[in-house]
Amino acid sequence: MDFQIALLLGQDGLTNGAIYALLALALVLVFAVTRVIFIPQGEFVAYGALTLAMLQAGKLPATLWMIAALGAAIVVIDGAIAIRHGAARRLPRIVLSNLGVPLALLLIVPNINAAGLPLIAQIALTLAVVVPLGPMIYRLAYQPIAEAPVLILLIVSVAVHVVLIGLGLLFFGAEGTRTPAFTDGTLDLGVTMLQYQTLWILAISAVLIVALYAFFGRTLYGKALRATALNRTGARLMGISTTMAGKLSFTLAAMIGTFSGILISPITTLYYDSGFLIGLKGFVGAIIGGLASYPVAAAGALLVGFLESYSSFYASAYKEVIVFTLIIPVLLWRSLTSHHSEEEE
Amino acid sequence: MNASDARPVLLEAKDLSVAYGKVEALHKVSLTIREGEIVTVIGPNGAGKTTLLSCLMGLLPGQGEVSYVGRSLGNDFEVEERVGLGLTLVPEKRELFSDMSVEDNLLLGAFDRYRRGDRDFATTMNEVYGIFPRLRERASQMAGTLSGGERQMLAMGRALMAKPKLLMLDEPSLGLAPLIIREIFRIVSGLREMGVSVLLVEQNARAALQVADFGYVLETGEISLEGPSKELANDPRVIEAYLGLGGKH
Repeated sequence: MDFQIALLLGQDGLTNGAIYALLALALVLVFAVTRVIFIPQGEFVAYGALTLAMLQAGKLPATLWMIAALGAAIVVIDGAIAIRHGAARRLPRIVLSNLGVPLALLLIVPNINAAGLPLIAQIALTLAVVVPLGPMIYRLAYQPIAEAPVLILLIVSVAVHVVLIGLGLLFFGAEGTRTPAFTDGTLDLGVTMLQYQTLWILAISAVLIVALYAFFGRTLYGKALRATALNRTGARLMGISTTMAGKLSFTLAAMIGTFSGILISPITTLYYDSGFLIGLKGFVGAIIGGLASYPVAAAGALLVGFLESYSSFYASAYKEVIVFTLIIPVLLWRSLTSHHSEEEE
Repeated sequence: MNASDARPVLLEAKDLSVAYGKVEALHKVSLTIREGEIVTVIGPNGAGKTTLLSCLMGLLPGQGEVSYVGRSLGNDFEVEERVGLGLTLVPEKRELFSDMSVEDNLLLGAFDRYRRGDRDFATTMNEVYGIFPRLRERASQMAGTLSGGERQMLAMGRALMAKPKLLMLDEPSLGLAPLIIREIFRIVSGLREMGVSVLLVEQNARAALQVADFGYVLETGEISLEGPSKELANDPRVIEAYLGLGGKH
């Protein structure tokens, strides 16, 4: 390997690593707050990219029908609960908060030429369509069993993942798509060439990570999420509802996943099921961080990115094997260094 | 007639029963807390004192009636809603956020107010620091590194940040040194002046009856005695079972 190739692989590793880092942070966040190992995290990557591609192709994204359907399901369930508790006055709010955004989008999107909008507006639309899936999935799949053991929550995660993959195939078809780069062209650094999209990925990932850091460190809602992760009972006694914390963390996870998909779809072709593998690599990073430490998870995910990129040069057939084998020494090291603690509750 | 009978009722429980499966931990307990009053529930370990507080806070479902400022609190009233109504519990285990700073713990105590749009908690924070000057010195320290007494102060301070109408304290003296216990009880009796009503659950019957206006004795899930604290403290049954003959704890 000469220096040029090493630089190129390094650039690849850093780009992928940045995306894995974002996903790893989302996984740690969701697990810390809700104890859910969120297998479907990667699906948001595919849904985000493919929804954007559909908008750009001038089609109505099927994801829009999905949030409308899920919103309607939540209205039925929450509405029934409210009526049973004699709180029918809550009905308008339930309808508005679950169907407001889907119906507004269903009214707006078919009547504008989405394909002709500037990229930034298309991205905003994509986020508006895909991100609500996060809290909706939490409400329907996880909230009813919020107190269940981690294993049950994991089984539900597998189920949600399978359903989302199936729906993905139905919505987007088996064809892969790419979206145009945010900025076309490459930057010549002399020693190596850098695609502008790579710079976008690195810059936006860094901005998102800093924003998350500020959110958790400076805002009361961010602190409330950390508090829920540290001590649920204590948090509830402060009026921090476990449901609110769950929905908020799923919203953030969905946002991070969708954004990741939008960022990488100009440089990789994404299929309806591509998200799973990408999410799993983020998961390896999250495991390195013990599903608890944000900085270690992000660093671990970067390591995964580099390992993947260099192993694709030396032993490209084994690249996935090498990446996922990384879990074994990590688990060994963690089981030897961390004292065993019983699961709480 | 007690002079405090003129005060409006804040919380009233009627025939409250709580069961863990088939085991009844609380049997038809009735109690009344009036505004600005300190009410204590004393009794031996395992009598159901913590169960009573957990049920009033909505952590455990119960049977019977609980009314609070005239409205009925059914089992569908979640903990978070009760916090919004001005009920706060300082649990026996304190339940602090150990990896967060003292100041962040206090801030989170005002979370419900923040959520409802009340942003003026700098004043409350100053009041809390005024009551517990030790917390101000420790403001940036992690809650997990505090001593037992400081942890209890933080738990109480955090609860006060919510500006509660009713503060429920579960064994605030548990595991603390006598000097700290005296300090904690001095602060509890001062809460009355701040307009906070207190429901104090204690094994330390002597100290509890000294600060309280009214007391209940809870034994094996049932109220066995009740009355103004001064009368209870002189009741031979209470003296024999809880206060001992000498002057020591």
